Amino acid sequence: MFSFCVDPASLDSMAWMACYLTTGKHMAIYTSLFTVLLLLAITAPTALVFGFLGASSARSDFAPLSWVGKAYIAIVRGVPDIAFFLFFVIALDQFFEWIRHEIKCPDWEADIWQGNDFVVCDIAKLPLGNSPQWMHETYGFLLAVLTFAIVFGAFAANVLYGAMRAVPHNQLETAESYGMTRSQVFWRILVPQMWVFALPGLSNLWMVLIKATPLLFLLGVEDIVYWARELGGAKTARFTDYPHGDWRMWYFLALLVFYLLFTRISEIALDKLMIRLTHGQATLGGEAQRKTA
Amino acid sequence: MSCWETIADYGLRSIGIGERVLPREGYTLCQQFTLIGSGMIWNIYFGVLALCSGFLLATAVALGKASKNPVLQKASAWFIFLFRGSPLFIQFFFAYFVFLSLKPVSPIFDPFTSAWLGALIVLFLNTAAYSGEIFYGALQSVPRGDMEAADAYGMSGWSRFKRVTWPTMLRLAWPAYTNEAIFLFHATTLVYFSGFPAWQQRGDALYYASFFADKTFNPFIPYPILAFYFILLTLCVIGLFGLINRRLNRHLPQESRTKMKLKLNIIR
Amino acid sequence: MKSILLGTAALAITATVAFAGSHSVVRMGTEGAYPPYNFINDAGEVDGFERELGDELCARAELTCEWVTNEWDSIIPNLVSGNYDTIIAGMSITDERDEVIDFTQNYTQPDPSSYLALDGAEVDFDGGVIAAQANTIQAAFIASSGATLVEFATPDETIAAVRNGEADAVLADDAYLRPIAEENADLALLDKQELIGGGVGMGVRESDSELKDKFNAAIQSMKDDGTLNALLAKWEIGPGF
Repeated sequence: MFSFCVDPASLDSMAWMACYLTTGKHMAIYTSLFTVLLLLAITAPTALVFGFLGASSARSDFAPLSWVGKAYIAIVRGVPDIAFFLFFVIALDQFFEWIRHEIKCPDWEADIWQGNDFVVCDIAKLPLGNSPQWMHETYGFLLAVLTFAIVFGAFAANVLYGAMRAVPHNQLETAESYGMTRSQVFWRILVPQMWVFALPGLSNLWMVLIKATPLLFLLGVEDIVYWARELGGAKTARFTDYPHGDWRMWYFLALLVFYLLFTRISEIALDKLMIRLTHGQATLGGEAQRKTA
Repeated sequence: MSCWETIADYGLRSIGIGERVLPREGYTLCQQFTLIGSGMIWNIYFGVLALCSGFLLATAVALGKASKNPVLQKASAWFIFLFRGSPLFIQFFFAYFVFLSLKPVSPIFDPFTSAWLGALIVLFLNTAAYSGEIFYGALQSVPRGDMEAADAYGMSGWSRFKRVTWPTMLRLAWPAYTNEAIFLFHATTLVYFSGFPAWQQRGDALYYASFFADKTFNPFIPYPILAFYFILLTLCVIGLFGLINRRLNRHLPQESRTKMKLKLNIIR
Repeated sequence: MKSILLGTAALAITATVAFAGSHSVVRMGTEGAYPPYNFINDAGEVDGFERELGDELCARAELTCEWVTNEWDSIIPNLVSGNYDTIIAGMSITDERDEVIDFTQNYTQPDPSSYLALDGAEVDFDGGVIAAQANTIQAAFIASSGATLVEFATPDETIAAVRNGEADAVLADDAYLRPIAEENADLALLDKQELIGGGVGMGVRESDSELKDKFNAAIQSMKDDGTLNALLAKWEIGPGF
């Protein structure tokens, strides 16, 4: 990075540190920090959508749909996320390629499963075999987002399902007596009011989601924990200009600080959001706000 | 070799009883079900013990955070923040590191670097922090009326806590606490995955699942088996906690009690 | 889909050779955590014996190659699922693996496994505690010997375990342990070695015999003109051919 970094062995400790912390490998860990934040930013709303779909179908009057919703919630919640991550990404990838294969190559005669190999026609590959590396990366990233969203969507569905039932029943009955249709009641009365009941559960889920990001490396996204382990491990002088002992402890300490800070900021932001959502609601909190105003 | 023999040989392999060498060929469904099931012993061991011991500390921490003593209050709040704010993954790493450096101090610390004690302590502290926060939240929402009624009956101190505050707190916290219990059982899979070394190939369910995934190069069989076991375990946890929930709510009028009841909808 | 860019082997031949079909770009999967075979260098790129070897093989086979890294545990499932086209990650050719994927001819001689212990330590191979990385041929070897096996997720942790006394010794590839023993005065290799596993080869899908043949031919030509031996000597990996 810096011009004086040509021969690190001759540098004093401050300059050595400056060079060490700006190697290409360290740039990778800084980038991965943003990857993790980006992933969280995309996953949270996606998981919420999954959760919303799951919860609305679980409370549907149409029994098969309701069973699907309930089964989704029960099965995914019942399994440790790590077990999902270990095989789900490959399964999703193959599923998408199989669908594309069926659409794009209807004349294909060979088996898709040739022994252990999963072979689809070239134009069905995702992304195409000759596409640039950043497309492969983006695709991998999106698969990771989808996997996270499916897993955490089930938890969100559970929270939203509870929240929908917590909305006072007489409110819904009043709306119906005013002549609103079922879907009008759902969208105009139930959905706007359920958030305040869902928020404590959802904020807890957000905290759990943040703390699940160290498992990202299982999904093929090289996250901060992957790089902390890689950078912190002892390095011998033969393979690096910056030999050092086992420094994993310091890297993990930095990660600890990062996660604690991130948690704290989230807590503050969620508290603010709760105050805004409580505004005008028929709950104890809303009542208290009304009185002080 | 019949499946019964496999079960006899490997059913208790995870705690060191039975065949010493893991299977080297076949990798039949029976072998996978048996060994992964055997590993579940450890998941249940960690989960149950951490939950029971964590429950006591959680109550103490919740009371501490709600107390008027600033030292107790700050200490509890920081304890909760530290363990809720960091990934379990990192907690395991630091715990193992600390236990290792304590080892030379005194032979008393020898067992701490083994998973059965070291990881249990981490899980105990972790669940105590999460449940402590849940209990604290419940404590804050104990209805005023209940406390006033207790005062009117002349209850105070310990007897008021034991007979009014504590049962009400538990009742309010129970649904969230059920979730925490489920999360805790799931978290036990991290013990051998990233925290503590596995000795003599005695590990938990995930350890054996990844053993088979490595030997057969096929992740689509062992991990779904693991998932199957965990769904069973989760159903047991939900059932057990549901029973306790019923007991906690047994004094309430019927309609507010049956909140958790499943409705079977028939197509209209 | 486990793949992250670490650097492309841009080769000057792409303009002249037009490839039909699937292998216009060959994706090379490696682990990036096992020096001297493969590791991530200071610049954050894949480096090591296999990086140099792979680039040279691609040049000789007139292929455009791209390097990706993947966790060791899922490196084979991702190959058969088509997320990259070869495994070049210090992978010993074993019968178990050969049933699932195909290997090219070996490009290293069988590398003996060595024991690393604290300098001057007496290690009891029948009753002692031996560390190994989980899911390696060394772990399987110790599990069936008399010693007590203790498994860690990464090779780094196995070395740390010897240092802090959790294990009496660690068993791993000689080429991996030797530089560590040389640079650390407190650690030393034991005289005892184990011959487990065959040589190291490149893994390809069984359905991909065209690619396998190309790399086989390229490895043979490097064996014939001595360049492979020179590479092996440069990275100090076992005896030459």
